[in-house]
Amino acid sequence: MNPESVAQKPNKKNVLEFFALGLPAFSAYALIILIILLLAHFIWHGMPGMSWAFLTESPRNNNTEGGIFPAIYGTVILVFIMSLLGVPIGTATAVYLSEYAKQSSVFARAVRFGVNTLAGVPSIVFGLFGVGFFMQFIGKGIDTTLGSDMWSKPSLLWSAATLSVLTLPVVIVSVEEALRTVPQELRAASLALGATKWQTIWKVVLPNSLTGILTGSILAIGRGAGEVAPVIFVGAVYSLPELPDSLTDQFMHMGYHIYVLATQSPNAAEALPLQYSSTLVLLLLAFSLNITAGLIRMRIRKNNS
Amino acid sequence: MAQFLHKKRPKSQIIGEFFAEWGIRLTASFSIVVIFLIFIFVFREAGGLIFGTAKELKPKVEKKVEGADDLKPEIYNPETGEIAKIKEPEKKSSKKKEEKSIWENLAGDVWQPVGKEPKYGILPLLSGTIKVTLVALFLATPLAIFAAIYSAFFASRRLREWIKPTVEILAGFPSVVLGFFCLVTIVKGVNFITTFIQPGLDAFASGLGYIMPFADSFFREAFTISEFHYSSFVGGIGLGLAVIPIIFTITEDALSAVPKSYREASLALGATEWETAFKVMLPAALPGVVAAVLLGIGRAFGETMIALMATGNAALMSWNIFHPVRTLAATIGSETGEVQWGSLHYNILFFLGILLFIVSFTINAITELFVKKYLAKKFQGA
Repeated sequence: MNPESVAQKPNKKNVLEFFALGLPAFSAYALIILIILLLAHFIWHGMPGMSWAFLTESPRNNNTEGGIFPAIYGTVILVFIMSLLGVPIGTATAVYLSEYAKQSSVFARAVRFGVNTLAGVPSIVFGLFGVGFFMQFIGKGIDTTLGSDMWSKPSLLWSAATLSVLTLPVVIVSVEEALRTVPQELRAASLALGATKWQTIWKVVLPNSLTGILTGSILAIGRGAGEVAPVIFVGAVYSLPELPDSLTDQFMHMGYHIYVLATQSPNAAEALPLQYSSTLVLLLLAFSLNITAGLIRMRIRKNNS
Repeated sequence: MAQFLHKKRPKSQIIGEFFAEWGIRLTASFSIVVIFLIFIFVFREAGGLIFGTAKELKPKVEKKVEGADDLKPEIYNPETGEIAKIKEPEKKSSKKKEEKSIWENLAGDVWQPVGKEPKYGILPLLSGTIKVTLVALFLATPLAIFAAIYSAFFASRRLREWIKPTVEILAGFPSVVLGFFCLVTIVKGVNFITTFIQPGLDAFASGLGYIMPFADSFFREAFTISEFHYSSFVGGIGLGLAVIPIIFTITEDALSAVPKSYREASLALGATEWETAFKVMLPAALPGVVAAVLLGIGRAFGETMIALMATGNAALMSWNIFHPVRTLAATIGSETGEVQWGSLHYNILFFLGILLFIVSFTINAITELFVKKYLAKKFQGA
């Protein structure tokens, strides 16, 4: 080896090392700072408009005054019905995957594939599905049998149903994780005492993973509350004279409210401060749910390790 | 003894057990069923377009023979069902003027669904979606992957426990909020920056043109600042923010899943920490990284709210990243609410939905069947 190449090599290596160590560090810190700035931006602009009145009043004067209570109400009702519809199905699927399915079974793999695919379907396609299936097929079906005309229209129920399908993978994944943390000894003990498989699941496994099911529901709600695209055509409206009081009513929605206000408002500049506040409320709603779920999850993991 | 145990179990319990298991199985099949339902019912609403092509052309021929018989097409309606009837006459008249088949219309390069002569060319929508997806990936992928490398290999344990939840916060941002952020804030920043970065962009474009001389003019066009406020660049930043958590999380998981023995072996052979990370661990986790990028593409391709709010929504056909675009998802999002139900336009919007669904399905199938299997096989026995 001649001395020249020996002298050159470390030099080149130093440059490489600089980038190889520097770029990842830079990216990671840049990302964290970016996210913190983003959060700070919304808190900074959103806080001034926050008040009790803002949370409890209806919008007035083209959304430049008043509050967003109907939108909060609509969103909360929506995600509540959504979880009533979606969580039982998601939990049952998770029970199948964790308790009944054999690793090699074709059906189990198909279910897993279905869940993963469902998680990747664009949310707007769920909106079209809501129109095509829930409104035009099921709703129309109910209408023709009953002779009514309210079921085939956009409504709270169909929006909740659409969202429950969208959030199904979230429920399944986190409930399955919770079921898997239930110690195998508990199942064995229950079976050894003569309980059947279903009794074991119903009386031992599920009660022990109740917090996990709760986490799944909360995560799904957090996700569902922020989704706008699926509910644009199946029930969300920009303004309503009164609060929805039946499943077939339409409703105001936080995310949709923000979208319409931002893009179609006649006086966007004046409405901007309150819009930031609406955005902050939506963010707080989503994050408080996510953080709660995260804390519960951490506790489960700690208890089991 | 065994017989005794069997006797003790009442018949009702055995039947109950049977129903419980099959009830659970049946419910579990829901996810698969929904995939089929999505496909069938989005397809069904687009049906007037796909199955109706021949039928829609037929009355036109009959019309020529029989003269102006406007009632004919309304009666002649075997497949679309009652919704289509309302719109049928209008549809026919527009058809007659164009004298083009609907597929020719779809392959056109003008998207102008409202007007006397509606044009449904989906090429600008497709190119717009691809363009904005590319911008988003170009911005998000390096940042997310490098950050994942840092988090998986270089960061201290405590720092790592900070990075992951922080990125999860970004994942928790509803897309409408990110869209709003682009609409109000990012666009100002971009417009501010673009006033003085044209020379830099020129240099970048000629650099790319130097590497790929055949596409020189293409790159020059792609990086020319325009006077438009909202553009695929602004939208791409927003989509990038939405895509970063996906790419980061999956890449991080893939990198962490590489067996520790790989790292130990590499270090024992005298490689440094960064050489181990880039030359041993990263290649080993490559399928996972590919999966991350693919899923990122899927997300950016189908994202609605950000595209709807920040890209300008003009169906321009150009490769300039500073021109506004109208993506497939944004088109569905903004037009489905106002379209007359059952009309040709309505069918076409559902057809766009099918396109989105097929793209996302394909991407998922590739990651599920190809990439993950490869990854699993690679680390078996490790």
